[in-house]
Amino acid sequence: MLKVKSLYKSFGDIEVLKGISTEINQGEVVCIIGPSGSGKSTFLRCLNRLEEANKGEIIFDGQSIYGRDVNINRIREEMGMVFQGFNLFPHLTVIKNIILAPMLVKGLSKEEAYSIGKSLLAKVGLEDKIDAYPDQLSGGQKQRGAIARALAMSPKVMLFDEPTSALDPEMVGEVLQVMKSLALEGMTMVVVTHEMGFAREVATRVIFMDEGVIVEEGSPEEIFNDSTHQRTQEFLKRIS
Amino acid sequence: MSFFDHVVKVLPLLLEGLKLSVIITVASAVLGIVIGLFVGLGRISKKKPIKFLAGCYVNFLRGTPLLVQLLIIYAGLPQILQLITGRPSPMSPIVAAIAACSLNSGAYVAEIIRAGIQSIDKGQLEAARSLGLTKKQSMARVVLPQAFMRIIPPLGNELITLLKETSILSAIGLEEMMRKGQLYVASTFQPFPVYITVAFIYFIIVVIISKALSLLERRLRISAES
Repeated sequence: MLKVKSLYKSFGDIEVLKGISTEINQGEVVCIIGPSGSGKSTFLRCLNRLEEANKGEIIFDGQSIYGRDVNINRIREEMGMVFQGFNLFPHLTVIKNIILAPMLVKGLSKEEAYSIGKSLLAKVGLEDKIDAYPDQLSGGQKQRGAIARALAMSPKVMLFDEPTSALDPEMVGEVLQVMKSLALEGMTMVVVTHEMGFAREVATRVIFMDEGVIVEEGSPEEIFNDSTHQRTQEFLKRIS
Repeated sequence: MSFFDHVVKVLPLLLEGLKLSVIITVASAVLGIVIGLFVGLGRISKKKPIKFLAGCYVNFLRGTPLLVQLLIIYAGLPQILQLITGRPSPMSPIVAAIAACSLNSGAYVAEIIRAGIQSIDKGQLEAARSLGLTKKQSMARVVLPQAFMRIIPPLGNELITLLKETSILSAIGLEEMMRKGQLYVASTFQPFPVYITVAFIYFIIVVIISKALSLLERRLRISAES
């Protein structure tokens, strides 16, 4: 579904991605782990071109997203993204956050968008906050709302950029629970995370990145229990 | 005649002039906001030539006195037009006044709008773009409405400045409030009561505008929260 071929990205003189190649298949839940500064988030942000890669190719559904006549907005419709900082729109209520893009981008009627929004809010357990403003929500509620907002576009793949890193510890669980149920429904997900428990339990594949390269990838057991790479072992020891 | 006799006598003249001051202020404020919106967006444009031109506009109009700009438009422009067309092309003082004030104010409004937009967290734009909204849609539906709330107070200050600066228009003989006062002084040699009254009227209007603005701000904040 998503093919990445030797992706390079620099910020000024600093090379953040040094030739990333991987493939993400339908229904996979891929967790990307690694020390901070390893390029995980930059890699994720390249997938929907929030960050422009300097070199390399990304093919989504058989189409290069860097192609000349590609409308990136059409591609982004099909890739949901959830941010570390939630980024709900503070001037809109929760439901309006959710229906904005379906109405504006997909041209759904208000009624259609509303009913999709309502069922998604029920799914993430926020049906009682439908008319609340983001400021009135806890961090965990905000992030669940942001997930519902991304899902409202019925994307083919969901990108999560450290979705629980800005949350108070007691709210991490509720967000991970929503992500887990999403994974169980078969959603294709790419998750940059520090939650090793989640990666171990939910991921179908774990990618370990360090210093701009993929050091190794494999099933959670392979990475967490039988890693052969010294850098992976050191990282896992450090965080455990 | 005593101080108060002069105040009472000059007051109706000043109020008549005030009408023109207010009309020019309102017209220039509206045009200034339109100009400021475009120039402000130009200042943060990714297109280098647009950014450069918008920067030149702001720097030139903030870097030169309003009085000089006014005289260039009122006196200088007709001269150039006559050279080009061969016919005398006199400039109406009201048109010159509104042109100068709105062009000048537009530069300040552009900076207010630029700062307001740049104060919105870039995650907001990223979230909008990640949902498939175009850049224009993201600006119109996500960034600008949020920036608007932050722009209101400095925009209010600009309106107040604009009103006070219309007193400069007396320099081209436009009979706004200041000019009316000057004419009265010229015939009576009573500068003190006249200019004190002029100052007092400006002050009252400014107080009214400030109050109205803080009411508007509170109203907007309440409607954004409820």
